[in-house]
Amino acid sequence: MAISLIRRLIQALFVILAMTVIVFIGVSVIGNPVDILINPDANQAERLRVIAHYGLDQPLWKQYLLFLQGLTHGDFGDSFVYGRPALGLILERLPATLELAISALLIAIVIGLPLGLYAGLYPNRLSSRIIMSGSILGFSLPTFWVGLMLIMVFSVELRWLPTNGRGVTAEFLGAQWSFLTKDGLVHLLLPAFNLALFKTSLILRLTRAGVQEVLPQDYIKFARAKGLPERRIIFVHVLKNLMIPLVTIIGLEFGSLIAFSVVTESIFAWPGMGKLIIDSINLLDRPVIVAYLMMMVLLFVTLNFLIDVCYTLLDPRVRLDARA
Amino acid sequence: MSALLEVRNLATEFGAKLGLRAVNDVSFRLERGKVLGLVGESGSGKSVTGFSIMGLLDRPGRVVDGQILFDGTDLATLSDAEMRRLRGKRIAMVFQDPMMTLNPVLTVGTQMIEAVRAHDPVSKDVARQRSRDALGLVGIPSPDERLSAYPHEFSGGMRQRVAIAIALLHHPDLIIADEPTTALDVTIQSQIISEFQKLAEQSNTAVIWITHDLAIVSRLADDIAVMYAGRLVETGSVEEVLGDPRHPYTRGLIMSVPSQNHRGEPLRQIPGMTPAINRLPPGCSFRTRCEQATDACAAMPDLMSEGSRAFRCFHPVARIDA
Repeated sequence: MAISLIRRLIQALFVILAMTVIVFIGVSVIGNPVDILINPDANQAERLRVIAHYGLDQPLWKQYLLFLQGLTHGDFGDSFVYGRPALGLILERLPATLELAISALLIAIVIGLPLGLYAGLYPNRLSSRIIMSGSILGFSLPTFWVGLMLIMVFSVELRWLPTNGRGVTAEFLGAQWSFLTKDGLVHLLLPAFNLALFKTSLILRLTRAGVQEVLPQDYIKFARAKGLPERRIIFVHVLKNLMIPLVTIIGLEFGSLIAFSVVTESIFAWPGMGKLIIDSINLLDRPVIVAYLMMMVLLFVTLNFLIDVCYTLLDPRVRLDARA
Repeated sequence: MSALLEVRNLATEFGAKLGLRAVNDVSFRLERGKVLGLVGESGSGKSVTGFSIMGLLDRPGRVVDGQILFDGTDLATLSDAEMRRLRGKRIAMVFQDPMMTLNPVLTVGTQMIEAVRAHDPVSKDVARQRSRDALGLVGIPSPDERLSAYPHEFSGGMRQRVAIAIALLHHPDLIIADEPTTALDVTIQSQIISEFQKLAEQSNTAVIWITHDLAIVSRLADDIAVMYAGRLVETGSVEEVLGDPRHPYTRGLIMSVPSQNHRGEPLRQIPGMTPAINRLPPGCSFRTRCEQATDACAAMPDLMSEGSRAFRCFHPVARIDA
């Protein structure tokens, strides 16, 4: 176990290193930040001074090495726009995105799992068919449109919930969180629900498919032959087998919730990382883009690693050692 | 002595509307401590008969006619909850494929303890002790350690022993064994069979042994019931039926056993295939494959009794020609 963990860790480091190259080159070719950063009225001397200040006069490979050197002590460079360390900017916004993503995931699991279980156990009931048709809507309606509709119905027409922002936040572990105050929770509700919609349908359909796959198995029939109560068959025998594919998907989807919450954050003016990255791309704020992308790489690598660990806990047939 | 199990005119159907009869007009009785061999080819309805008794038919399968009298109560009329209390407690079942009958993500201990506690409100420790004893009884070495192992850490034969141990946990009156040795090696087969025989004798348990293997039946069973296309075609004691079959199908089965053939001769077989249950010929279902069929066979023969045995044929075989 320990050896394979170390091996995987080394693999992860190589993945991250490879990504730095791709990200750095990719960002360098999408445009020259100088054109946006520098006042068009500035004279040539001024231009050269700014270019030299950001190290943009160096050849690309040298810029890359300088960037790597910075990385070793956690320095992604200063934002061109804000003039502050890029990493700090992102970490500042992280709690907002994190709480949005976690809320959305919780909503998706709490709604998707039981409904999927129900639809899988009683596939012929009318209610199951309604659930399954509803999940198609959840899949196919575009997030931005649903977000606008939610705002229109719950904020504009009914005036129940606020349209944007995080509301009042409270400090916890050195960061500001919305979910700790009543006002913040009210602000969180709509964007979280909006972000959760797609994932709910995904978990629902996955759960249903899993139930239908597990139910006809001999071991379920044997569990019935033992005279077990139906409750135990469903919540232990069926559910535990379901968790294996579900954990994979939930883990990966959590990463994508964080990485791609851009649309929801934009619609609800939620001051998270998604909004920051969109703004930074528009302004070609290289250090922020690079730092953000690297954070995402790190996030997915970590999640994949955690999923693997969960696997071994859930499925006794899988052992990390057994994998080459 | 009244029978432990008496099945009367059992009929089981599949198919939502068409009503495909997988089991038709099946009747037999089984006394305590006796072993009944239920024999037939694949698709003859022998497994469905077993699942009908257990009340574990896959939907849309259902019992549409007949009675299943178990110790005086008709199982077909019991509610789901009443049936659940009986399953595992008084009627247990062992399945065909031991690789599939245990839940892969739960330890053997969990699966045994829950089986104990499904019927007896005992503590986990007591349930664990009983599980360990049951594992020891079926010949699993170091049962205490094995309780915390997962099914994939057992071989096929060992898993089947675990399944048998689970079936025996509550000392049931009846065990339905659905081809429990078919998926196993011959040597393991013998061990499992003698294990079964011993345990059934000790606790006076009745067994329905579903199989297509006549050799097993001749070793193990007291009585035999031969099924073809959902109906019983011959019943009686093992000596009578296997030694002197009356129905041409039974004779065909016996002749198909390789040891009945002589070296160098082509293996004997029953010509043709089992017809699908939705395409049975009118009259005797076997007549399309039967050498002795005549026009009379266009009508379905009744089970005709001859002493303690019965067969469903207008032209019974006289004696097996050795």
